[in-house]
Amino acid sequence: MVTGLTWNIADDIRQLFLYQFMVNALRAGTIVAVLAGALGWYMVLRRQAFAGHTLAIVSFPGAAGAILLGISATVGYFAAAITAAIVIAAVPRSAGGRGRSSESAAIGTVQAFALACGALFVSLYGGFLNGLTNLLFGSFLGVSGNQVLTLLVVAAAALATLAWIGRPLFFGTVDPDVAAARGVPVRLLSTVFLMLLGCAAAEVSQITGALLVFALLVMPAATAQRLTARPTLSFGLTIVIALAVVWLGLAAAYFSVYPVGFYITTFGFAGYVLAALAQTAVSRPVRSPVAAARA
Amino acid sequence: MGTLTTVQYAVRFEHADVQLAGRVIWSDVNLSVPHGEFVAVLGPNGAGKSTLIKAALGLTGLSAGSVTVLGRPAGQSGREIGYLPQRRNFDSGLRVRGIDIVSLGSDGERWGVPLPWGSKFLPSRRAANQRVQEVIELVGATAFAHRPIGQVSGGEQQRLLIAQALVRRPRLLVLDEPLDSLDLPSQASVAALIGRIRREHGVTIMLVAHDVNPILPYLDRVAYVARGYAVCGTPEEVITSQTLTELYQTPVEVLRASDGRLVVVGEPEAPARHTDRHADQQGEVTAPW
Repeated sequence: MVTGLTWNIADDIRQLFLYQFMVNALRAGTIVAVLAGALGWYMVLRRQAFAGHTLAIVSFPGAAGAILLGISATVGYFAAAITAAIVIAAVPRSAGGRGRSSESAAIGTVQAFALACGALFVSLYGGFLNGLTNLLFGSFLGVSGNQVLTLLVVAAAALATLAWIGRPLFFGTVDPDVAAARGVPVRLLSTVFLMLLGCAAAEVSQITGALLVFALLVMPAATAQRLTARPTLSFGLTIVIALAVVWLGLAAAYFSVYPVGFYITTFGFAGYVLAALAQTAVSRPVRSPVAAARA
Repeated sequence: MGTLTTVQYAVRFEHADVQLAGRVIWSDVNLSVPHGEFVAVLGPNGAGKSTLIKAALGLTGLSAGSVTVLGRPAGQSGREIGYLPQRRNFDSGLRVRGIDIVSLGSDGERWGVPLPWGSKFLPSRRAANQRVQEVIELVGATAFAHRPIGQVSGGEQQRLLIAQALVRRPRLLVLDEPLDSLDLPSQASVAALIGRIRREHGVTIMLVAHDVNPILPYLDRVAYVARGYAVCGTPEEVITSQTLTELYQTPVEVLRASDGRLVVVGEPEAPARHTDRHADQQGEVTAPW
């Protein structure tokens, strides 16, 4: 029986590990935090937050559809997110600056349609209102050992791939023209990246819910990149922040009755606000006067 | 016999033609750049200046003729060429330091990720880091190399990008409009930097420019591209009323101001095509309407 928060740190931490469901939730959360931090760092650098959000939204009809068909929701999450990643990657991106707006229009279209499908699947299934809230806003109850294993295998594969393409992907992100001239397969790497991002979005959705995926995909990376411009340092910092946010969020949710997605998002948001304040306090102007005059 | 003559030149175009999507960009171009020279590719917008250097890099294929670069057919000297594509500035929100952009020039296309603290254990990494410091010093970027690249000025960004292109000690440096969008003092100082790299390090320079004046003091040779042709020679030979009038087939006058600047009067712009500047990337040369 949960005895509640005692404010004795050691005792509270021991309580967190009393029940198997909580141990599973902490394991799942840890895996998800590392994966989301790593891919989120690249996503923020690549300004593909909208694509990441869409991949997460798409996991909602994926999971709802899977439940409707009577197969595992986990399969639904991954199948939908990876399919959507391939669709987004197939949107032709024209050279020059205008590609982005046509890309985001296409992605927005996919996103709206995905949400609509999710609504349909939920209504076809009929009356799992509680399940709907979990799909959208997250739940840490009932993460099975099998699910943790699936999360681990997918995350390990995704992280290994990311480690393999890491440096050329970074090159192609910050300096695509030179990277292409040097023989980096920029287009192929961005497709692979979207698929990895799909895996991450599908994993995060299972903890925070489809609508709050950004808490782990964007917030830690955006916070870390505000704090430092050193790539290796900000990458490491992103993962540390993601882990801290997930652990704190799970612990807070364990001792209260409110959804875990709320806590994870709130801690992530607090971190971001603190980083923004710290950056302003250090008070190196974000844009130099020269840059402002040029714009 | 062919190899004996071509090996003396860093870049050599012989009767070269390029067609993109059926349109002839230019034809019968003959251009020879000896090692260690500074050549500027000039001409109006849309005349095919960028196409000329893309052909030299092997990024655009020829439909006739040949291009030899550093003694090999175009596209086979990749590691010995430093290339600065035409670009817009980095996003002001990009939180990556200039020094990181420069070091991508040495190993950016290698698979994997750099090990953290690798420079403590790997001599090759230490040497690479040292080289990065060296080129940053060479271009005079030490003061701002550790700031996020989006927050330094256009001229400072250009210096860092030149450093990036120089990391691997290229024998040929190809720059596509490096002075575009810089203010006049930055144009002058970046041009002086490029001239110094040529002089002190013996690097052959091939540079696309819209305005010849900032680079005029450092130039050995120009290739003037217009109307589907290119005229090559020293600036004194090419940038004259007579040569340009023949090239454009319409009266063009070249005036020399008292400070030595050249002013070209009556130069017709190439017919406006909205897609022109990126035509070679998209393979699309006609406006959609």
